[in-house]
Amino acid sequence: MAIKVRIPTPLQKLTDKQVEVKCSGKTVIELIDNLDKKYSGIKERLCDEKGNIRRFINVFINEQDIRFMKGKNSKLKDGDSVSIIPAIAGG
Amino acid sequence: MSYAKSLKCRECGRIYEKKPIYVCEWCFGPLEVVYDYEKIKKVLTKERIMSRKENLWRYKELLPIDQEPTVGLNSGFTPFFEAKNLAKVLNCKKIFIKDDSVNHPTLSFKDRVVAVALSKAKEFGFHTVACASTGNLANSVSSHSKTAGFDCYVFIPSDLEKSKIISSLIYGVNLIAIDGNYDDVNRLCGEIASKYKWAFVNVNLRPYYAEGSKTYGFEIVEQLGWRTPQHIVVPAASGSLLTKIYKSFKEFEQIGLIKKSNTKFHIAQASGCSPIVTALKEKTEIIKPVKPKTIAKSLAIGNPADGFYAQDIIKKTGGFGEVATDNEIIKGIKLLAETEGVFTETAGGVVVAVCKKLIEQGKIKRDEEIVISITGNGLKTQEAIEDKVNKLIKIKPDIKSFEKVLKGR
Repeated sequence: MAIKVRIPTPLQKLTDKQVEVKCSGKTVIELIDNLDKKYSGIKERLCDEKGNIRRFINVFINEQDIRFMKGKNSKLKDGDSVSIIPAIAGG
Repeated sequence: MSYAKSLKCRECGRIYEKKPIYVCEWCFGPLEVVYDYEKIKKVLTKERIMSRKENLWRYKELLPIDQEPTVGLNSGFTPFFEAKNLAKVLNCKKIFIKDDSVNHPTLSFKDRVVAVALSKAKEFGFHTVACASTGNLANSVSSHSKTAGFDCYVFIPSDLEKSKIISSLIYGVNLIAIDGNYDDVNRLCGEIASKYKWAFVNVNLRPYYAEGSKTYGFEIVEQLGWRTPQHIVVPAASGSLLTKIYKSFKEFEQIGLIKKSNTKFHIAQASGCSPIVTALKEKTEIIKPVKPKTIAKSLAIGNPADGFYAQDIIKKTGGFGEVATDNEIIKGIKLLAETEGVFTETAGGVVVAVCKKLIEQGKIKRDEEIVISITGNGLKTQEAIEDKVNKLIKIKPDIKSFEKVLKGR
């Protein structure tokens, strides 16, 4: 099951400078676990000690914020594209 | 002499050098300035502060500059007064107003943050400054950039009030209106900031910029006679102002200028854009972004950067959050004008309306002291109320016409 994942600049060091990688998973958290198998160390950057996605990281599935879905348990299907985007400043 | 030591990630605590950066490379948390309070304690006394000019730089040891300030030398130290008429109408004992609607030079609290950001931009050697703004920040960056000699690019949502647009354009800056809301503007500015070597005051300079808001709190303490109030009601867009007023009280406590502060922090948002209040009321950790729809455009940030921290402070201090509808905002603006003679913008209407609600709900006790944060000027948001004020009375230039009107009243 191939899912396209966009990697933010600071994490591209872990993905051999790839901006976009392919990975698999039925949910967002499963996807992160699988990413970590391929690119060791990426999970601890994205998730806290409890395994929750860090509060200043936004994850989008096909442009939809996962906070509007089921968070880290949001479902993924073949062909989805996932973007990992650090929270923005502003205001 | 600098008392600002470094930057520190608010999430994981990693330390960074003082540079134009704003996000932790490790966990993406926001960076905050760390000071040497032991050193500050030795030099910053009440007497020293009071001997200085009445502007926001009288607290400069607690601001993140390494050299003498160069921007906003007349900003800050705005009026603080007891609002007896308003207190009477709201049937409570004591209300104070901290009035940044007359801040110099662009009539909002943003003159504080911009003074700090642009002084810092000078230190870093930037030539161009920029910002993403809902209007007040745009006006302030535009004005200060000219006096400080920067090139300036200002990005706003395209649906802003006319006055806020003109009040930026007058300074001859590059004003760019984006077809989208503030969060769209912000996202684009994040991208531009990573590509161009500009000082984006609320992106790559945000750790320094945000510190400027502390001076609003320092002044409240000083003007109240070196103590903190029982309650403060603060409007929130990104939530930054509330967190920095809290920080200002804690810093004065830490350097021994005041006793322990027990102020309860309350947050005011518009019902059409209330991600922080919603999270508080629903008791969830997650702050869900919203698509704003409110006349309080200066508070229309659907994805608040400091929402988590604002929420923490409100809970920790025993405060509450409440919202105001468009209609309540207008009533709030009128109430403040008719009681205290202060014409505030829509954000001020939100604060007055929310304060009224919190008193009525018993969340603020009627015999306790409240500070209301007025952060912007009503002349900039006239569209919001132009149909809601009294009708203009037009007459011929003779006494008969006038007396006819008089009789009719």
